[in-house]
Formats: sequence, structure tokens, C-alpha cells
Amino acid sequence: MAELTIVYFAWVREVIGRDEEQVERPAPDSSVADLIATLAARGGGYAQALEDPTRLRAAIDQRFAPLDTPIGDAREVALFPPVTGG
Amino acid sequence: MQVELAQAPFEPSLRLAAFSAALEDEGAVVSFTGRARGRGADGAAVSSLVLECYRGVTLQSMKAIAADAHSRFAITASIVIHRAGPIAPGEPIVFVATAARHRRAAFEAADYLMDRLKTEAVFWKREEHDGISTWIEPTARDREDAQRWRDKVNDNAGN
Repeated sequence: MAELTIVYFAWVREVIGRDEEQVERPAPDSSVADLIATLAARGGGYAQALEDPTRLRAAIDQRFAPLDTPIGDAREVALFPPVTGG
Repeated sequence: MQVELAQAPFEPSLRLAAFSAALEDEGAVVSFTGRARGRGADGAAVSSLVLECYRGVTLQSMKAIAADAHSRFAITASIVIHRAGPIAPGEPIVFVATAARHRRAAFEAADYLMDRLKTEAVFWKREEHDGISTWIEPTARDREDAQRWRDKVNDNAGN
């Protein structure tokens, strides 16, 4: 089964220390919030960047999505702070 | 409707000339250029402004805003150019131009485009000064400006 790509932006990217990675695909019914909790459990920059999900927003396959959205068969999940605008 | 994400500096006067040259019988052209300020909100000198974007998502957010401007105002043409990446003080960050048969629609559409770009376009901004990098939060003023149009606007910017 294909892996899931996770991309990070802004301070989430800086604190985690990478802009993109591949992870083993979670169960299709698991949500973005579940993914965030799994990643935060790695500790270090992940824990620091992801400990407060209320500061995070997400996109699934390049569309904004609430954190409780199931990841399903998505190829890409993005995690980032609220956008600042131009 | 022309929408561009620019990775390198551009010259607004040249883009405005090209935009105007392609028009037909429009009686009004309005343009706005936003430039990077050399000082932050706290007055400290800013050596660079950096705009981070999310590839196609950022461009799509700009296109959606431009499409809304066309459906809302009687404009016949528009151009939106937004820089991404590092931007030096004084360089243009954003350029919008609108054309209409009469001036009111052109003014209002340009104002609307800017208010929504400033709050909803998918960018994350940070300022660099004295070797310190600070992520910028959206300002209350920007939110209020965008709120002026909110009755018909769908908030999909992830905020």
C-alpha cells in the first residue's frame, strides 16, 4: 500500500525540522487529529510543534479540512498554522 | 482574469502597461501595488520579509478570490501578481489591476481583491531582523477590512 506524504509549513516546519516526509499509511478511518497525535508521540520537535492541535490547520490532498476529517485514501496531508494572508 | 505567483521581483509599471494595452473599450483601470516595508509593526528595521506558500494551493486560493471579484463586480479584466519567497524592503509584494466600463466597479473590485488577498491567500509571513526570524500573525485591521465584504464571502482559508 502506498505511503502517505505529510508536508509541514511555517513554524510547524521549523520546529519539526523538516518540510516533508513519508509515513506508513494509517487506517483509512483515522482522522487528521489521530495522525497529529501519533506524530506528537515521537517527542522532540514533533511533540513541541503538535502538542496543541488548536494552533494547527490541515489540508488533505491540497484542500482545507477540519482536523476530525478521516484521511481515507488521501496521498498528501499538510499541517500548518492558520494562514497569514498575503 | 490573470493570476500569478512570482518567485522573483517584478515591475508593476510594466505589468500595468501590458494589462492596459490588452483592453478594449473599458473607461476605467485601477491598480494597486503593495510594497515590503522596511520597518516592522514595532518599528524595528526589517532586513527581509519571507512569504512561504503551498504550491498549487496558494495559487488556487488567489484564483478563487479573483473569480469572486469577477462575479461580484462589473469588471471586464483583472490581474493579480503575488510574490513568494524572500522579499527585500521596497520591493513590490502584490500587484492588482482591474478594468471596467465605469470607475466604481474597478475601484471596488481592486479594494475587494486586496482585502481578501491580505487575509485569505495561502501564505505564511515572517520578518527577519538582526538575525531574528519572527512569524507574523494576521492583524486585527486586516481581518476588519476583509469583514467589510463578509456577507457574501465564504471563509475557506483554514482560519
